[in-house]
Amino acid sequence: MNLKKNMANNSRITTHPILEDLKDRKKVRICVDGKDIEAFEGEPIAAALFAHGIKVLRHSPVLNEPRGIFCNRGRCTDCIMKVNGRPNVRTCVTMVTDGMVIETLQGLGKWGTK
Amino acid sequence: MNNELVIIGAGPAGLTAAREAASHGVKVSVLDENDRPGGQLFTQTHKFFGSKEHMASVRGFQIGEQLLEDLSKLDVEISLNTTVLGVLPDKKVMFVKGEDKIKTINAKTILLATGALEKPLMFKGWTLPGVMGAGAAQTMMNIYRVLPGKKALMLGSGNVGLIVSYQLKQAGCEVVGVLEVLPKISGYKVHASKIRRAGIPILTSYTIKQAKGKEFVESAVIASVEMPAGACRPIQGSEMEIGCDLICIAAGLQPFSELCWQLNLKMQYISALGGFVPVHDKYLQTSVPDIYIAGDLAGIEEASTAMEEGRLAGKVVAWRLGYLDKKEFNFHFDEINIRLSELRLGSFGIEREKGKKLLLDY
Repeated sequence: MNLKKNMANNSRITTHPILEDLKDRKKVRICVDGKDIEAFEGEPIAAALFAHGIKVLRHSPVLNEPRGIFCNRGRCTDCIMKVNGRPNVRTCVTMVTDGMVIETLQGLGKWGTK
Repeated sequence: MNNELVIIGAGPAGLTAAREAASHGVKVSVLDENDRPGGQLFTQTHKFFGSKEHMASVRGFQIGEQLLEDLSKLDVEISLNTTVLGVLPDKKVMFVKGEDKIKTINAKTILLATGALEKPLMFKGWTLPGVMGAGAAQTMMNIYRVLPGKKALMLGSGNVGLIVSYQLKQAGCEVVGVLEVLPKISGYKVHASKIRRAGIPILTSYTIKQAKGKEFVESAVIASVEMPAGACRPIQGSEMEIGCDLICIAAGLQPFSELCWQLNLKMQYISALGGFVPVHDKYLQTSVPDIYIAGDLAGIEEASTAMEEGRLAGKVVAWRLGYLDKKEFNFHFDEINIRLSELRLGSFGIEREKGKKLLLDY
């Protein structure tokens, strides 16, 4: 079994020994805490952010601790962020759309964009 | 929307049940909260076990593709992005699709096939970003094609832990080790051997003490454990700190039973089946008439077992709704049960078989 090394500059898995090569997907732009990044149609916000090395998605309300992806299935709500002005959106099950504005969630979050 | 059989969950059990029931003429709807059908089948890049009938040596995602192709030729409505909020009296299923209004559908029969959830494991630092479920990492790399880490530590040597470790390596992630708190490896030897051949150490009688890092995981403190008389404690002085940016928890699965509790179904705790499981009869009917269950919700097993249970549920509903005569049903019933018992052989299967029998007795 050929265990291919396929680490690209970011952490997109483009080639895989079992799965097909990553197909060309439609690119979209999303804005994360004021920074424009590239994402792909059909992927969840959390995955797009992780691919750009953004692992901290919010800070907890009481202890102000960093939180990120945990269950990746929309159950644990650890990955919630503010999306288009709406707080507490589960980013692991919410797909990116072009022009989406995403903000790191502080505590319980507030409605509206900065 | 079709209402003769409303299936909640479009994973291996739900989709197989839909195919079976619809092939006899039952009008089926399948509701699933995800944006794609198949449940966890599409995260499975490894080959399945069993005999040819159980789709052995076919990879999980290929089984999923076949299922969807079969379904496209039948009268089955699959509604995605659809979260079921609850089931009201008289089998009124309440759901919401995307941002739409809440709607209801009066179902004649319901099949709950909601699958399983990963069990968490709590230790110091377990909330740090970079600590995640093994299934979470698997979804990220095999579905969304994003590498969940560059250096991973796996907690748990059950089949999920072993398989995901191997898949991490295939995807290009270094796996620094697999920890197992018990004195022996929990999963199948065939998977463990593959891990060993890939050069990944499996440390038995080891546990994690702490995940360290400022904003996300940078290292893990592990220690060997002793287990005197049922206790489990780390041995002082045996700690080691290992650099890693991903810690995967593979501490087992539990039936995803929220809807069952909401429905007030009779539940029973059975350890070998992963926790609280809805009590059901040999036709997979729960304590509420015309509400059935199949797959991991009916006890944590494997995808091949889930598909057999789905087949059974589909046949039962077809028979009960008058689409299948009793004689023909009995033939299928016996045949599926033989296949199920074949899947419950071996030291792992026997425990589950016992658990399932126990469940029937309540």
